[in-house]
Amino acid sequence: MSDRTVLDVYRYLPDNESEPTFQSYELDYQDNWVVLDALNHIKAEIDSTLSFRWSCRMGVCGSCGMMVNGEPKLTCETFIRDYDTQTITIEPLSHFPVIRDLVINMDDFMEKLPRVSPWLIPDEDKPLEDGEYLQTPAQVAHYKRFSMCINCMLCYSACPVYGLDPSFTGPAVLALAARYNLDSRDDGMKERAAEVSAHEGIWECTYVGECTQVCPKDVDPAGAIQMLKLSYALDWARSVVMPRSSGS
Amino acid sequence: MVEKMDSLQHDVLVVGGGGAGLRAAIAVARDHPDTSVGVISKVYPMRSHTVSAEGGAAAVISPSDSLDDHAYDTISGSDWLADQDAVEILVENATDEMLQLEHWGCPWSRDPDGHVSVRPFGGMKLERTWYAADKTGFHLLHTLFQTTLKYDAIIRYDEWFVTSLIVADGRCQGVTAIDIRTGEMLSIGAKSVVLCTGGGGRVYPFTTNGSIKTGDGMSLAYRAGVPLKDMEFVQYHPTGLPGTGILITEAARSEGGVLVNNEGRRYLQDYGLGQPLDLKDPDHPRKRTMELGPRDRLSQAFVKEREAGRTFEGADGDYVELDIRHLGEREIDRKIPMVRELAVRYIGIDPVHDPIPVRTVVHYMMGGIDTDTRGATSLPGLFAAGECACVSVNGANRLGSNSLTEILVFGARAAVAAVDHASRVSLPSNQLLESSARSEQSRLEATLLRKNGAGETVSGIRSDLQEALEEGAGIFRDEATLQRTCSTITDLQERYEKLVLTDTSRTFNTELVTALELGAMLDIGEAIAHSALARTESRGSHQRTDHPDRDDAGFLKHSLAYQSEGNPTIGYKDVTITRWPPGERVYGNV
Amino acid sequence: MTRELTRPLPWNWWLKKAVYFQFMMRELTSLAVFAYALLIIWALLSAADAGSFSTFYTFLSSSLSVWLHLVILVLSLYHTGTWIALTPKVMVLWRGDERVDPGVIAGANSILFLMISGAVIWLVLM
Repeated sequence: MSDRTVLDVYRYLPDNESEPTFQSYELDYQDNWVVLDALNHIKAEIDSTLSFRWSCRMGVCGSCGMMVNGEPKLTCETFIRDYDTQTITIEPLSHFPVIRDLVINMDDFMEKLPRVSPWLIPDEDKPLEDGEYLQTPAQVAHYKRFSMCINCMLCYSACPVYGLDPSFTGPAVLALAARYNLDSRDDGMKERAAEVSAHEGIWECTYVGECTQVCPKDVDPAGAIQMLKLSYALDWARSVVMPRSSGS
Repeated sequence: MVEKMDSLQHDVLVVGGGGAGLRAAIAVARDHPDTSVGVISKVYPMRSHTVSAEGGAAAVISPSDSLDDHAYDTISGSDWLADQDAVEILVENATDEMLQLEHWGCPWSRDPDGHVSVRPFGGMKLERTWYAADKTGFHLLHTLFQTTLKYDAIIRYDEWFVTSLIVADGRCQGVTAIDIRTGEMLSIGAKSVVLCTGGGGRVYPFTTNGSIKTGDGMSLAYRAGVPLKDMEFVQYHPTGLPGTGILITEAARSEGGVLVNNEGRRYLQDYGLGQPLDLKDPDHPRKRTMELGPRDRLSQAFVKEREAGRTFEGADGDYVELDIRHLGEREIDRKIPMVRELAVRYIGIDPVHDPIPVRTVVHYMMGGIDTDTRGATSLPGLFAAGECACVSVNGANRLGSNSLTEILVFGARAAVAAVDHASRVSLPSNQLLESSARSEQSRLEATLLRKNGAGETVSGIRSDLQEALEEGAGIFRDEATLQRTCSTITDLQERYEKLVLTDTSRTFNTELVTALELGAMLDIGEAIAHSALARTESRGSHQRTDHPDRDDAGFLKHSLAYQSEGNPTIGYKDVTITRWPPGERVYGNV
Repeated sequence: MTRELTRPLPWNWWLKKAVYFQFMMRELTSLAVFAYALLIIWALLSAADAGSFSTFYTFLSSSLSVWLHLVILVLSLYHTGTWIALTPKVMVLWRGDERVDPGVIAGANSILFLMISGAVIWLVLM
């Protein structure tokens, strides 16, 4: 089965143009095509200058996020057949600077991620000879959801808070902080406090909740941030009530 | 982003930010804090293809298991082409590597008592595959990536494409690379370079591999005179989704899934893989039997079934059915959720209610850059680990769940050797680095970046290469088809000389990147086809219909493809046998 | 160097998507809660003195005040609803390795809210 559609694609070629434009590509598509298949078809058969990122085409590498008809999507998981509009508009992810065409600059995320110490901070180091840290399936379940983030940037693109104030740490980074805070092997919550429980951190989030809606991996960053707010608020309250046991 | 410097230099430069590369970088940064380490990759590390691995990583953990059993399974699985000293290193270090990942936070699936769970896998005698549901590679890669962030000493060059190795005074002294964002060609000097660039499944038309797997690192080494070893051994995975080639993990079978032909028969029983047990039998699935046989045998059985007309016909090619319905929704969601997610999304079939159509698909390259067990190549200063390397633990057929183990064990070992080498040599001169970048830029301007009229296109040559390899160097090969493929590749190499790019921008020129990748693909395609033509026997994944038997007298040897003028030169070297003399591969109820 | 393009959000970004609009409404309805807090402060301040309390009482009986109360009630109920909808995000309860359904938590909170409100109304009307 093949059908015809038009892709209206955002073009920005900084070497030649100062303003972005839209370019229309009309093409036949198969029923099982995702938007990424159409973009690859364009690049191979129509216009080899179109630039975009992609790799695994199975929804796990996180490269191919774009705005499809104004919504942030992984284009390898977004089927053309699901759009009944005459044309489908493809733009680079919102809120990020555009390097070229559909390629965004995600330096900001890469700089913020290490700041929340997204690695295991155990209470004390255990030698390998002593085997693994025990962790029950229930304990795994407590953080597992927040460990599923593929860093695709869709949540940043959906977050107006980030759009208005790029100093906001943002959904994915904070969800990863929650992932480690909730891990029974981890004892780094206090170490992460300076970045996470900061004005630009969880307290900047006004809970629009759209990050969770657009997350292709069901990570629920909005939930992670609200949980962090509760746990850091309780921690603060404990330090006020029992200053000595708070440990700092 | 890297600060602009007159010259970029590191003691150790790792090329590739997947599992092997990141493991190597951590080994340097953690154990040798005074050593400067760079990681250069054409994609951000978390985009690397390790992320797509699903089923798990093998390491002996249960009391009833033994290192010798793991070694024997691996060696028999390799059809005795693996180097047994390398296999012993693999199995001896595997468990510590898995525990190390656990200590770094990897969310391994657990038993109710809190210990790590293990599952059976194809060709393995016992349960020894550690897993994180069926997103093991994803969790492994992100755990490693997040752990690297702990080390300020690790300097990353994200989205830089390495175009050549800088070789001077008989040793590798760095790389030339394009910063894809700016289009600028720069040199990065290094005392040791570790290639961890993954495989090149994209040289075939139908593969589980992501677009980035184009054999770049193999080609870099090949062009620098380092041989590519055992390139004729290409693994077809028996269960890919028709159309896309997306992988349905072997874990689907290790949890009890079965393969059925269009007569409803569990056809693997007709291919020397034992007798099927009833699905309700507590012993199902039995290890090293039926659906838990090795991948080469299962993929070959698929082709035979197709020839006999016992496969289903579909719009995206013939297929058989993988049935996991008897596991039930709860088990499927708990143990292999991604199988369900992928099947529902990409082919609209919910495996809770219907069998999944599957077909053979190119998955992995057993061959690669010839290294010793420390990861060293024949070029001083150049090391390699992971799928791009051939150490060789996989021989003629890799067992599922050994590759994630391999990238960790040999990634870490290559780092040790690289640090050791770096302590004995000095950094390259700025003059060498500057002239290397300049001459590499001139080379590109004289070839890919020249601007004269219409010529060949990347996509045209690429799809012809893919067709040629599938036609001639697929699951079954013979002299005539291989000859044809070799000559087609020669033609394609000539056409590549006439390639003209439409995109003349410097900024994020993906057409230039794909053109450079295509150059690498032609190199490894050539090595695969010529190595396959020269090996006149059948072993593991290399099945010659004109030479159907294994020939230990003639070919208990690794093939070595050297780039030369015209066709590559194929040499051989002996397989290292320590304790397991070559024997017959026996699967099934024995 | 490359010239990257930044795309600042337009002022009317919150009109472009229903979710963003609902979010802005949630934020704006908090002004209703604020307004009622002012009313109560006024009541407290005027309680000390009979004259000013009668002014306050007269205001309360005016039709303007009744309309104001109705509007504030509607806006506050909307605002309360958004908070109850948020509760499952904060209160994550586990039964073994399975998460208690968010609907159950939101439902329980709704019931609790209705019971407390009922009790307050009963107290006042008594």
